[in-house]
Amino acid sequence: MPPVLEARALKKAFAGVQAVDGVGFSLQEGRCFGLLGPNGAGKTTTLEMLEGLVRPDAGEILFRGRPADAAFREQVGIMFQSTALQDYLSVREALTMFASFYARSVPIDRLAEDCALSEFLDRDSNKLSGGQRQRLLLAIALVNDPQVVFLDEPTTGLDPQARRNLWSLVKRIREQGKSVLLTTHYMEEAYTLCDAIAIMDHGRIIARGSPRELLAEHFDEVVLQLPVSDIPGDPLALPMPLDVHDGVVQILSHDVNTTVRQLLDAGASLAALQIRPRSLEELFLALTGEGLRA
Amino acid sequence: MNWRRFRAVLAARNREFLRDRAALGWNIAFPVLIVAGFAFAFSGKPSLQFKVGVYAAQPEQALAERRASDPFFRSENLQFIPVRDLAHAMTKVERHQLDMLFDLDRRRYWINRESPRGYVLERVLYGSEAKARGEAAGDFRRETVSGREIRYVDWLIPGVLAMNMMFSALFGVGYVLVRYRKNGVLKRLRATPLSAFEFLAAQVVSRLWLILAITVAVYFGADLFIDFSMFGSYALLLLVFALGAFSLISLGLLVAARIASEELAGGLLNLISWPMMFLSGVWFSLEGSHPWVQNLALIFPLTHIIDAARAVMIDGAGLWQIAPQLTVLGLSSLLFLGLGAALFRWK
Repeated sequence: MPPVLEARALKKAFAGVQAVDGVGFSLQEGRCFGLLGPNGAGKTTTLEMLEGLVRPDAGEILFRGRPADAAFREQVGIMFQSTALQDYLSVREALTMFASFYARSVPIDRLAEDCALSEFLDRDSNKLSGGQRQRLLLAIALVNDPQVVFLDEPTTGLDPQARRNLWSLVKRIREQGKSVLLTTHYMEEAYTLCDAIAIMDHGRIIARGSPRELLAEHFDEVVLQLPVSDIPGDPLALPMPLDVHDGVVQILSHDVNTTVRQLLDAGASLAALQIRPRSLEELFLALTGEGLRA
Repeated sequence: MNWRRFRAVLAARNREFLRDRAALGWNIAFPVLIVAGFAFAFSGKPSLQFKVGVYAAQPEQALAERRASDPFFRSENLQFIPVRDLAHAMTKVERHQLDMLFDLDRRRYWINRESPRGYVLERVLYGSEAKARGEAAGDFRRETVSGREIRYVDWLIPGVLAMNMMFSALFGVGYVLVRYRKNGVLKRLRATPLSAFEFLAAQVVSRLWLILAITVAVYFGADLFIDFSMFGSYALLLLVFALGAFSLISLGLLVAARIASEELAGGLLNLISWPMMFLSGVWFSLEGSHPWVQNLALIFPLTHIIDAARAVMIDGAGLWQIAPQLTVLGLSSLLFLGLGAALFRWK
């Protein structure tokens, strides 16, 4: 069975800048695929080509194995990073308007319930909180019961609680068998929601796989952290490579037993020792060479 | 054209406008305030100068001869105006723009039965109370016409209604489209099966009926306390306003077809609307202005709307008399709308 959506060698340049330079990947039925990257990496442009809003300079987009045609619009739902609705529309009126654009639509009350909007149906859509607003935009993306849902940085700007709230809604969308393509620069979001991710930088994909595979492929060490005050003498005298930052000693280790023994031999107190695996955040930094690029 | 999608956008746009109380209130209050202000400003005492039209085959020469023999034609505070078009001058008597009119060749004169100034002039002409009304005065035969006075405010009303329509059309469509484009409303709508034609048609129809509803409300509202003249057909006046509004809305669409900056759009709309307001004869007649100003004014749809509306309201013109203006408005609508739709970009 062909993938629901497939991008092949997409290219797009704006005013001489190669925003997307040969990107290809596929979205499998019922899965969630995440595009990660710093700002300006080309995620949104890639997404907009797949949505049919931007025409690629080169490359191919296939929907169920065939080039996407006009009927494709009826089958997809899109949640944009920054869009507005007409002023003075209530949540119900906004949902009803979008529902009437499509040949097939979900009943408004059910949709509102699914997106935790039932209480706000009669409120002015421009007077919602950040989290409520994102849930409304998500509901609009789902109004036509789409097979593919595009989410462009769905939780940017939300507080941690609203973010988790939205994640649970996205998980429910996947449980309904819909395929999700999302962009984000929150590693935790990708780790929580995605089956497969691709990390983009400068318009190219520089790594891909499941979050676990990627971590295992690029990192085989764990991180040990303890306060610098728990080590007698100069920590740099210890027989291992380490960093000291903000009063915390951070050690990368391939063999935890040996490292712990060396610390005990040096007379360190392990009362406050923390051991954790490398994070996607660190993988991202290691691959792109920097954090969020302005 | 999918009517369900069209109706959905139309309803949203209507709600947006009607629920914005401040904008709605201003759209109604603005023209009423202007008309009321002018009605007040021009309600002062009438001038003591009387205007008397003098018609003859050679009016200047005939007037000079008459003056030599008849003391009436030498009276002070009477302004004698030579007239070559008798029918036109009679209309002016009806409108109280002339207080009296003489036909020296046929020994007749006209006054307006409803004009006290005509009555006073007639008394002066008779020279004494002894001669009753209807008797011959000297060698002249009396004729009367009737008709209401045309005040400045009567002349101003069609212009102000059309001007209000222009601002509402240009800014209410042009500026709103640019705002939609900038804040992402268009981007969101574009990602649905809604077509550009359905979307634009809804914008035009929404603004068209809103403008007509407001114009009708302002018309009858102003009529309550100004009681201005209307000699023509209401249906024809509505047609003039509908076609005019359509032309101006289409012009707004054309301006906003691609612009994504509200500042630029505001500047362009002002660049179009201000010359249009001053040169299309809203406030003063262009009759005496330089020919190039008059020719320039013809490129503005507003000029044709005001000409046609004044012709209907003041002169009681019929369809065929304003056919040239209606033709220009219809053609300009098609031109602006066609260009605007062809150039339109969602982004």
